[in-house]
Amino acid sequence: MTIDVNVSLSRWPSRRLPLDETPRLVERLVRHGVTQAWAGSFDAILHNDIAAVNHRLATECSIADNGLLWPMGAVNLKLPNWKDDLKRCHETHGMRGIRLLPSSHGYGLDDPEFAELLGMLSDFRMLLQIAIRLEDPRTQHRLLSVKDVELAPLPSLMKEHPDVPVILLNAFPAANSELASLLATSARVYFEIATLEGLAGLEKQIQLLPPERLLFGSHAPFFMLESAVLKLQESAMPAPIQKQITHENAELLINTLEK
Amino acid sequence: MIWDLHCHLNGIPGRTPDEQMARLIECADRMQIDRLVLFMGTPFLLDPKPEEFRDQNDQVLQAISHWHHRAFGFVYLNPIYESESLAELDRCVANGPMTGIKLWVAKRCDAASVDAIVRRAIELNVVIYQHTWLKTTGNLDGESTPEDLAKLARRHPEASLICGHTGGNWELGIRTVRDLPNVSVDLGGGDPTAGIVEMAVRELGASRVLYGSDVAGRSFASQLAKVTGAEISEADKQMILGQNLRRLMMPVLQRKGVRL
Ligand SMILES: [Zn+2]
Repeated sequence: MTIDVNVSLSRWPSRRLPLDETPRLVERLVRHGVTQAWAGSFDAILHNDIAAVNHRLATECSIADNGLLWPMGAVNLKLPNWKDDLKRCHETHGMRGIRLLPSSHGYGLDDPEFAELLGMLSDFRMLLQIAIRLEDPRTQHRLLSVKDVELAPLPSLMKEHPDVPVILLNAFPAANSELASLLATSARVYFEIATLEGLAGLEKQIQLLPPERLLFGSHAPFFMLESAVLKLQESAMPAPIQKQITHENAELLINTLEK
Repeated sequence: MIWDLHCHLNGIPGRTPDEQMARLIECADRMQIDRLVLFMGTPFLLDPKPEEFRDQNDQVLQAISHWHHRAFGFVYLNPIYESESLAELDRCVANGPMTGIKLWVAKRCDAASVDAIVRRAIELNVVIYQHTWLKTTGNLDGESTPEDLAKLARRHPEASLICGHTGGNWELGIRTVRDLPNVSVDLGGGDPTAGIVEMAVRELGASRVLYGSDVAGRSFASQLAKVTGAEISEADKQMILGQNLRRLMMPVLQRKGVRL
């Protein structure tokens, strides 16, 4: 049983990926024991018609097997009337959360609209995913070249909205261990393992962060799904902690939203 | 059979190379990796002086000393110090147990000073692992691009060269070395981006593609995944995971009388 909190549908802007058609991605997820996957859309990177992106995402997720895919809608805080996109994610599509791509959309977490968004998510009882990066800056396409999201503004903002669960996607190595542990211990901030590296890196990470703040994430289909799966094999850890990471923490997170 | 082309001691916990090696093997065992190639010591030195690269190689010699059935060493050289590098190559490879050469970022590899090292490598039947990257964000001064390696490979068609990291920006790296049969590509050290192995096999043939991890900076997991999850045949996976590296190293292993 595994909940993958970091997958995406549709097309990567500068490359076709072996699993960028939803049925093929679903087949691979199932093959590796993924029972639920929280999916954003690569279309959100460049498209301005975010309402259409989210509509397609919701439709695509609804036709996948047994509710495997949970849509994480896109909101671009630099587009006019983004609040309407958020409302539609909540009211029309019944999404549990949204995913932000601040680097691609050109703002930082110190943007006042970000604080406003946190307030609305709190009212809607939705979770927030923030992609700290989508791709290593060293390999980005020249026309899509952006920096990692700066996390420094986050600790103080989270104090004002302690009830909103925030999942940082692809946050290693941008989140240094000091900041990561501050976020994980002082707020409802979670990290997933797609970009966690190093020899037996997960084994090391559970010494640095509370295991209840770690989630399974693959960044498939841009990354190989097998990368996240094999990380569990490379690191030795007590079975209860492995269960927390693969699905229990994510389940608990969702339960608290539903209460 | 899995042979990992690209491992480092740096970043592995342990007070000595022996302790680091024990930890490395423990993790390799979890991933069913049979053999490891090690190069460079602690700390990483971009432009080591001769006494420094000798010390780095001593660390690797110590690390592999109790693990000859599991690990190989490649000698780390700096072409800026040509005569000292040639002497070190003889110390560690001709007269020592090492079985390949690692060149990093001190000097771009199309420089004339690399030629003497390549000629000696050909005599000794060893491969040269050359780090290459083509960074969107800009390279270091001495950092080779795949094009630099291609120039070197054209000058020395009988040398066996490995294009480190497949050039980082692998779509460009693969294109650059496509027509050079004496160049193989190392899959290690980059994010586990989907499609790298499929493109490399399509453009170069599976026999020129090598699994390597770049631990300890990377995980075995993310790098093995590129191969195990790729949409290629099982036979191609076996070549990439170990058989190709075994083939490339076989001349020197036979010369040294290494039994596998
Ligand atoms: Zn390396």
